[in-house]
Amino acid sequence: MKKILATGGVAIMLAATLSGCSTGAAEASCQNKIVNSAATVVNVWAWYPEFESVVDLFNNTHDKVQVCWTNVGAGNDEYTKFSTAIEAGSGAPDVIMLETEVVQSYIPRDALADLTSYTADIKQNYSEGAWADESSGAGVYAIPVDGGPVGMLYRKDIFDKYGIAVPTTWEEYAAAAQALKDAGSTSMITDFAGNGRAYQQALFAQAGSIPYTVDGTNVTVDLNDAASLKVLTYWQDLVSKGLVGTEDASTTDYNTHLVDGTYASTIAAAWLPGYLAGFTGAESGAVWQAAPIPQWAGETPKQVNIGGSAFSVTSQAKDKDAAATVAKDIFGTEEAWKLGIEKAALFPLWKPILTSSYFTDRAYDFFGGQQINKDVFLAAANDYSGFQVSPFQNLAYDKLTEAVNSVSSGAATPADALATYQKAVTEYATSQGYTVK
Amino acid sequence: MLSSTIERRSVTPDRAFLKKPGRLGSGVSARRARWGWLFVAPFAVFLVLFLLTPLVYAFILSLQNKTVATGTHWVGLDNYAKAFTDPLFLEGVWLVVRFSIILIPIQMLVSLGAALLLDSITSRFSKFSRLMIFVPYAVPAVIGALMWGFLYSPSFGPAAEVAGWFGLNAPQLLSPDNIFGSLVNVVTWQWAGYYMIIIYAALQGIDTSIYEAAKIDGANAWQTALRIKIPMISSSLVLILVFALIGTLQFFTEPQILRSMASGSITASYTPNIYAYTLAFSYSQFNYASAISFALGLVVFVGSYIFLHFTRKKSGLNS
Repeated sequence: MKKILATGGVAIMLAATLSGCSTGAAEASCQNKIVNSAATVVNVWAWYPEFESVVDLFNNTHDKVQVCWTNVGAGNDEYTKFSTAIEAGSGAPDVIMLETEVVQSYIPRDALADLTSYTADIKQNYSEGAWADESSGAGVYAIPVDGGPVGMLYRKDIFDKYGIAVPTTWEEYAAAAQALKDAGSTSMITDFAGNGRAYQQALFAQAGSIPYTVDGTNVTVDLNDAASLKVLTYWQDLVSKGLVGTEDASTTDYNTHLVDGTYASTIAAAWLPGYLAGFTGAESGAVWQAAPIPQWAGETPKQVNIGGSAFSVTSQAKDKDAAATVAKDIFGTEEAWKLGIEKAALFPLWKPILTSSYFTDRAYDFFGGQQINKDVFLAAANDYSGFQVSPFQNLAYDKLTEAVNSVSSGAATPADALATYQKAVTEYATSQGYTVK
Repeated sequence: MLSSTIERRSVTPDRAFLKKPGRLGSGVSARRARWGWLFVAPFAVFLVLFLLTPLVYAFILSLQNKTVATGTHWVGLDNYAKAFTDPLFLEGVWLVVRFSIILIPIQMLVSLGAALLLDSITSRFSKFSRLMIFVPYAVPAVIGALMWGFLYSPSFGPAAEVAGWFGLNAPQLLSPDNIFGSLVNVVTWQWAGYYMIIIYAALQGIDTSIYEAAKIDGANAWQTALRIKIPMISSSLVLILVFALIGTLQFFTEPQILRSMASGSITASYTPNIYAYTLAFSYSQFNYASAISFALGLVVFVGSYIFLHFTRKKSGLNS
């Protein structure tokens, strides 16, 4: 009998250890050293490149709060874990790095803490557009970190070789695409990726599309508008003439094509140059330059943003004060930002560094010494007025991907594709209990 | 004539063996039964903890609905009614059904062919081949799919180079028109070796005196394979067919991995499992995702049941 009890006990202990493992994992695995072990420990999920040195800087300069950092994966890898933790009611970190565009999706799920009471003293450190992106109603749910003001990166050597002037309007851009082909170049002007997601949404917004307004559970969905139709028709024309590529972005193929001369330009956010230099297969003798994004002729110039990220305090955070301190301070110093800029090529939204001559006058070797921030991205960042994404952005992006692919493959006209897009997103929003106007 | 006699001869002893031990339990004391439970306990704990509990929990989820406006409430079978009228789910089911119809025969032919060949050749080369054919199964599915993603790539893949020799453009193996065949190829590559080993093991279990008898009766190698070997391993064939059917209806890993390279070809609802995954982890619709999963489970169950019903004579599951 004793033996039975002993064996049974082992089985129970084993079960307890196994279940213990799953709950204790978040605390156990810091990827950094905790300097002051007596301090309150704040768990942070983030995937910034070179983030460890930023965390070390924070821990070395703070006595009462220490960061325990875990990289649980970038983008969707992290979001699936976070979503599961929200649904389970436990297991989320105290502070989490989120892309700016997903912040709005987590607010209605009560996953993020309102930081309004902690941020009165730092709000002036960010532009209104950047701050608006993290806000909903009267609350602010994330502290901006980096942004993605958009410019045009182009191959000066290819443009020069075929006598192409740098386009400043979309009309000139289309003409340049044609001229490049007519001149016998094997390069296409750019790629119109089916899975561009934020890319297409930004291009639509530049022409004047305001896809969503959100007020609690009242939303408007306006995806099938004149501006989106104009932009999609413009690109469909280029695609059908074979002047732009249609391959998916963020693949190894695509990354190589960005630098091997397949594309003579790319409409990209300020964080792309940091990656470009690392892609393999680069054409030797390539000369890169940055220029402002083309505008629609005859319309007020408008700047757009792709990507960027922020730190949120989760509603599961045990010590909200400590967590808010981390979210505010971790990228709230010049030292931290110098690491972020020099090592990770982030584009800061924190004004003290954004407006410093250190950043504005910075010359980039990759662009032959061009001061790309001063020339292109600072103006783009300053004129950016914020953008309202939907609280169901993942679904909206999936439907946008289907719309763009159906147009590029010739299966649907731009008007039909946008109508389908509008219908799918509206139906989803309604099924989720939103009142769609 | 030849095959049916042989089949009966070999199957009969097996069944007799299976039936005998069943009677032992009646005389066992209660104390012994308790020991029995103890031996089962480790498995039972895992079964309850990691299979039954999640299943019950998911089923409860599938009967509820959660929206931003109304919170969580019970909706009975509404989610199931929605699932079976959801065109995205139904298209996904239709895709995996078509996939099964095309893939499974190909897989079976490849694995059966390889097993029959290896069974009739006995040299050092056959051992090496056996290992090589099996190796893809040892490669994790995710790695395999990533690798094929590179092989299919129009700029890095060998297809581009081969097409180049003939002055052709690189074939777009990930395009909407070609993705189906490309996926069939990946799955066949991955699983044929595993099925080959199962069939090979069954072939090795056949008494060789039967082959001698066949030879004396004048059967050539081809006839031996078709009329003796295949009928005798029919229960193994049914087994791998069921494996393949269940696996294919739950198709997920390969298209999910290739999705990031082929957004136009593989949508968020390409297969029912991808749809359920997207709903749960991308759109946070855990309730509807649970219903989709159970609905798929139902499809798999019905599919397997029908299949086993029609093959019951060959499978050896029915006496």
